[in-house]
Amino acid sequence: MKIHEYQAKKILSDFGVPVPEGMVCSTVEEVVEAASKLTSGGTPVVVKAQIQAGGRGKGGGIKLVKSPEEAAEAASRILGSPLVTPQTGPAGQMVSKVLVEQAADIARELYAGLLLDRASTMDVFMVSTEGGMEIEQVAAEFPEKIHKVYIDPISGIKPFQARQLAYKLNLGPETTKEATRVFLSLYQAYHRRDASLAEINPLIVTGDNRVIALDAKMNFDDNALFRQKEIAAMRDPSEEDPLEREANEFGLNYIKLDGNVGCMVNGAGLAMATMDIIKQAGGEPANFLDVGGGANVESIGNGFRIICKDSNVGAVLINIFGGIVRCDRVAQGVVEALESLEIEIPVVVRLQGTNAEEGKKIIEQTELGFEWADTFKEAAEKAVAAAASRGRGGR
Amino acid sequence: MSILVSSETKVIVQGITGGEGSFHTRQMLEYGTRVVAGVTPGKGGESFDGKIPVFNTVAEAVEETGGDSSVIFVPAAFAADAIMEAADSDLDLVVCITEGIPTIDMVRVVRDLEARKTTLVGPNCPGVITPGACKIGIMPGFIHTPGCVGVVSRSGTLTYEAVWQLTERGIGQSTCLGIGGDPVVGTTHLDALRLFNQDPETEAVLMIGEIGGTAEETAAEFVKEQMDKPVVAFIAGRTAPPGRRMGHAGAIISGGVGTAQSKIEVLRDCGVTVAESPAEIGQAVASVIL
Repeated sequence: MKIHEYQAKKILSDFGVPVPEGMVCSTVEEVVEAASKLTSGGTPVVVKAQIQAGGRGKGGGIKLVKSPEEAAEAASRILGSPLVTPQTGPAGQMVSKVLVEQAADIARELYAGLLLDRASTMDVFMVSTEGGMEIEQVAAEFPEKIHKVYIDPISGIKPFQARQLAYKLNLGPETTKEATRVFLSLYQAYHRRDASLAEINPLIVTGDNRVIALDAKMNFDDNALFRQKEIAAMRDPSEEDPLEREANEFGLNYIKLDGNVGCMVNGAGLAMATMDIIKQAGGEPANFLDVGGGANVESIGNGFRIICKDSNVGAVLINIFGGIVRCDRVAQGVVEALESLEIEIPVVVRLQGTNAEEGKKIIEQTELGFEWADTFKEAAEKAVAAAASRGRGGR
Repeated sequence: MSILVSSETKVIVQGITGGEGSFHTRQMLEYGTRVVAGVTPGKGGESFDGKIPVFNTVAEAVEETGGDSSVIFVPAAFAADAIMEAADSDLDLVVCITEGIPTIDMVRVVRDLEARKTTLVGPNCPGVITPGACKIGIMPGFIHTPGCVGVVSRSGTLTYEAVWQLTERGIGQSTCLGIGGDPVVGTTHLDALRLFNQDPETEAVLMIGEIGGTAEETAAEFVKEQMDKPVVAFIAGRTAPPGRRMGHAGAIISGGVGTAQSKIEVLRDCGVTVAESPAEIGQAVASVIL
């Protein structure tokens, strides 16, 4: 799960990482009030759009202003409008909150990030002197400027490891101590909140040698949310696709894509493989949808309704492997789930596994007009052709 | 012969009284698996279906029945502890079916198991089956047939699909194991290849991978350096968008690492036959053994 910058900063701050003084605002009035307080000493403030996609600066979602009036003007342009960044896609992401913060006096821009290295099952703590640019770009252009230590998550970070990192950054003696302390705090926030990623980019050193998290990004392990109630409550449904949100409520695993061939599959691996074969047959998958290993009447019905709400979908491919729940039962389930729905688009069904022949009879005997496919390849080809003939191309 | 499980394997079911646990225990018994005990804390002394004794702890179950392997159906919040309990009784094999275990809990498990003899398969997996001999898990037994191809996969139903393609062509399997779709798992693709390489009954291996991580690449290096049996692979997720979790927590492409294309290239460079389409997995295996 992802959260916003202001939420990540709150968590980091709770663990002792210094962040700029700031307030999160939902209205222009709140922005004016916040800016009046924050600019009282003559300091400029920054108005930052709170969306989860990166590249906000490039999209015009971050503005440096000198007065409450300028803050109001910036906020009125950002709030309530979609912000388009290199990571949002052309439609952009609606901005409903901005973070108003005191601008910092930046002397150095550093990077600090933490994530789990799967292969060694160790946390990797990375720092770099090249803050402010994407770490992937640093890794590609100046790999020698990324310094790493591996931390066993069971014993946790040791102070010398944080010191090792801090000394790589060529800071003054006092600042090295401060950076060490910040790294220890960052690790605690990451570790104790079951984060899968914690990143501060840039981590700045100010003119008066303070170390401050100017930006913050945290992602969390979905599987651990049951014991991280405060984190789970930070979820922002407006950042999710409405169809994905609805699917989620039904306990279905749905991801919307840009193609025109809808697909409904039992199991994540088979669902990915089904998307792949649709592409190989010359089409584009409209979604990923795993209705669960068992594929019962309820999950099939809900899954189908969600697929059909995507107006790009020109045909639906149902690909279910009948394992412990045999194909004839799955076929009855498909018929039962779909006979009550108004189906306007072609449906291709392929059931494989035990009692596939009986399943085929059931599908072919219904008056719902389903098309049967014997093989995986044939199913994809029929669905792609049906979607293309309806002329509802992927957009 | 086979790997990990045989007709001799004596299985303890942890979480035998739950819905999933009891359903699949009956399925395993029907397949002929020697289920010797169940474990549910607080239900010790009861009997499952009047024939399988239930114990409060794994240690008691082992002492009373001589069970040497276990399968876990307990909820995600308690599953990591259940794995460590099984390892503490020095079981040979623990198969964890449970989905949704926090990653950090699995790191703790992996670390705990390093100094022990127990082999873990999973979590979030369909289990292990040696066709005709022993099924430990939730896979449909009847799609399998005994033979010489070892199968290892991160997926559930995609494995069934692949196994079915083999069975329909008359190609049997030595052992099939699902290693699970999570970022941190016990047995890896590499571990499975090592075991299959040493198993005299396995003549070829089918490895089914998916996007995310670098487990398939590591396994590919082993194939190149040490494997003396042909290996066929399929990688799911060519069309998956970066940064999204495709059902399995492990299936995320990040920073250009873990794409299907990069995995396929490494596999081919290491001499693995890669099936282009999920419909051609059976055919690809046939091409290396027939």
